[in-house]
Amino acid sequence: MDRGVTAVELTGAEIFVRCLRDEGVEYLFGYPGGAVLHIYDALYKQEEVKHILVRHEQGATHAADGYARSTGKPGVVLVTSGPGATNAVTGIATAYMDSVPLVVFTGQVMTSLIGDDAFQEVDAIGITRPCVKHNFMVKDVRDLASIMRKAFHVATTGRPGPVVVDIPKDITAHKTAYVFPKDPTLRSYKPVREGDPAAIRQAAALLVSAKRPMVYAGGGIVLGNAAPELTALVRYLGAPCTNTLMGLGGFPATDPLFVGMLGMHGTYEANMAMHDCDVLLAVGARFDDRVTGDLDKFCPNARIIHIDVDPASIQKNVPVEIPIVGEAALVLRDLLAALQATDSAPDKAALAAWWRLIDEWRSRQCLNYDRANIEVIKPQFVLETLYRLTRGDAYVTSDVGQHQMWAAQFYKFDKPRRWINSGGLGTMGFGLPAAIGVQLAHPEATVACVTGEASIQMCIQELSTCKQYDLPIKIINLNNRYMGMVRQWQEFFYQSRYSHSYLEALPDFVKLAESYGHAGLRIDKPQDVEAALREALGRRDRLVFLDFITDQTENVYPMIAAGAGHNEMHLATDRELA
Amino acid sequence: MRHIISILLENEAGALSRVAGLFSARGYNIASLTVAPTEDPTLSRMTLVTSGSEEIVDQIRKQLNKLVDVVKLVDLTDDDRIEREMLLIKVCAEGGERDEIKRLADIFRGRIIDVTDRAYTIELTGDGSKLDAFISVLKSRRILEVVRSGVIGIARGNGACVAETP
Ligand SMILES: Cc1cc2nc3c(=O)[nH]c(=O)nc-3n(C[C@H](O)[C@H](O)[C@H](O)COP(=O)(O)OP(=O)(O)OC[C@H]3O[C@@H](n4cnc5c(N)ncnc54)[C@H](O)[C@@H]3O)c2cc1C
Ligand SMILES: Cc1ncc(C[n+]2csc(CCOP(=O)(O)OP(=O)(O)O)c2C)c(N)n1
Ligand SMILES: [Mg+2]
Repeated sequence: MDRGVTAVELTGAEIFVRCLRDEGVEYLFGYPGGAVLHIYDALYKQEEVKHILVRHEQGATHAADGYARSTGKPGVVLVTSGPGATNAVTGIATAYMDSVPLVVFTGQVMTSLIGDDAFQEVDAIGITRPCVKHNFMVKDVRDLASIMRKAFHVATTGRPGPVVVDIPKDITAHKTAYVFPKDPTLRSYKPVREGDPAAIRQAAALLVSAKRPMVYAGGGIVLGNAAPELTALVRYLGAPCTNTLMGLGGFPATDPLFVGMLGMHGTYEANMAMHDCDVLLAVGARFDDRVTGDLDKFCPNARIIHIDVDPASIQKNVPVEIPIVGEAALVLRDLLAALQATDSAPDKAALAAWWRLIDEWRSRQCLNYDRANIEVIKPQFVLETLYRLTRGDAYVTSDVGQHQMWAAQFYKFDKPRRWINSGGLGTMGFGLPAAIGVQLAHPEATVACVTGEASIQMCIQELSTCKQYDLPIKIINLNNRYMGMVRQWQEFFYQSRYSHSYLEALPDFVKLAESYGHAGLRIDKPQDVEAALREALGRRDRLVFLDFITDQTENVYPMIAAGAGHNEMHLATDRELA
Repeated sequence: MRHIISILLENEAGALSRVAGLFSARGYNIASLTVAPTEDPTLSRMTLVTSGSEEIVDQIRKQLNKLVDVVKLVDLTDDDRIEREMLLIKVCAEGGERDEIKRLADIFRGRIIDVTDRAYTIELTGDGSKLDAFISVLKSRRILEVVRSGVIGIARGNGACVAETP
């Protein structure tokens, strides 16, 4: 039979599965319940769409999210009504804040019961409205295929984001003929792709005139697959390039033009260069408050060019001189062409002076830490060793806290889609389920989940999912017995009153891992770090939980306190304002 | 500054709450909002009056445009435009008051649309300031009820805020 069309009538549940297949969906992350049992029955009867059974619906959304971030393809989720939908909300909001394409299907009570406070009824459309790109309720089985098609289209185009489709149970039993709609376009939704040529020419002229140019590139480079175009442009300009937390890997971290991450825990050189630059090219970045610090002190001397596919990201927090709406890859390509077409070239002498200044800042070695310590494991050392042993080629997921910042600082990502973390919402519990999605998408790759003893416990149940699907994830638990990031703020801003940031009654993580059928190792001496990592990385077939007992009071440096300027950094060496 | 924005949106359940939710979630002001289906039953017309600095109103327009249900948006503020609002007002009218209230209604080109032995109900359209003025003239009487529709607006001339036909 022809793909995409059936002559016989199918049930809504069968159409659901056919649509997923015709969209090319590989994995469906889900958890069953009453409202979606017809769909689960249809899934049972086929093998093309593989269902991954998680242990909590939050895990399903994060796993789909990890799959999406590491592949660029949409992550797909199926949960039941009521508590299934509410459990999924944290993961939906996480994807929303970081612009990750997800399509989340929530079961709903029968159409005739909606609004009656029926068993396991929640207004999933209402609850998710503020944290989705769009959502749909299916009211007629004849609309199901076209709504699903639109959901995938909206989730994956323009500025990507999660889309929720709420499907009442009766719709999944009703029958109709199945046609896979060819054209998913909506009259009210037409994202801009190409940048305005006049603005691009203006931007090129401004860039060549710069004496102290700076490139600030964010998650939009990764989301928009624009790393090659960005790299080519930055190299042409010979300008310093910084990435946001979400943009890491968008420009090769080992390139000499890379000055590290910027922002609250960014490098000294990146933040100082932001402060002193005269022309700033911002691409696929949204001027988040963790990046800008005090807006009044932000880039005081710079004329700003901003490229973003979402017009609402431009001029939202910071006024810019040249706004360009469009896909990063296409605009950067055209911008490079425009630069090459101008008669003037970047000012070599000015650039050389600019780099001398930057090299001075670099020489402060702001990421230095006590490497010589042989008493206690420094968390940075674990990550440096992980980087060395994996040759920078692993997929690294992370939870939220100090460990996340150290991973961002010490694992040098040369490729996009390798660094998978929750930046916008900062969701503890993200790391392990995200690693599930990444490992499924890249079965041969090394996937490391960098986490903390507090974060890992928020979705620890997914160790069971890892066992079921034989996922050989390496869990790097930087166990400081503290909610370290919270403790750090309490040390700095609350005179060391450690209110509820100390974790007592921690589980024995080694035994915990073993009880789930995995291997566990506890490491408490710096000398054992490398051997343990080698052993874990060598076990291609098993999940290994590495419980590193790390320095309890290590802090993340540099640090810009909320509301301070880029030139007002705390550094580790002098613990003073730079 | 006050802005009047005309929006065509998909006539679907939930479209209105997306707009209202956007305003409450982002802390924008809504002074008034009117909505009704258009001659094309798949579309609704919404007229929204808001206020804020230019930067905020710029964000409001962009965020509204970003809603997938919004088909077209025009800010009428800078256009030569016609604004109308309707007022239905019920006021005590007894004895000697009756003639005087009728005269006042005539002066404002209002129409008495319901009469009892104790009250008049008057209909009046115009821009907001005219309605305000009429209400304040009646302030010295006993006003029983005031119902205002919220503002609708349209640009003068040939330009039109309509959906592009495919
Ligand atoms: C504990 C903690 C500490 C943090 N500290 C820092 C820090 O020190 N430094 C830091 O940078 N962040 C930090 N963050 C992260 C921060 O909160 C934000 O999530 C992050 O800065 C946003 O990154 P971004 O600007 O690249 O935007 P993203 O959220 O990645 O948004 C992407 C932007 O690109 C646009 N876009 C998407 N696709 C395309 C395309 N195809 N073409 C063009 N544009 C596109 C989008 O419209 C959007 O504007 C921290 C987070 C946590 C949890
Ligand atoms: C779900 C959730 N709750 C609370 C927070 C606030 N928070 C941010 S970091 C952090 C502590 C994380 O501790 P841990 O996982 O041990 O990491 P560490 O900072 O010690 O490396 C907390 C509680 C959060 N980001 N997410
Ligand atoms: Mg900790």
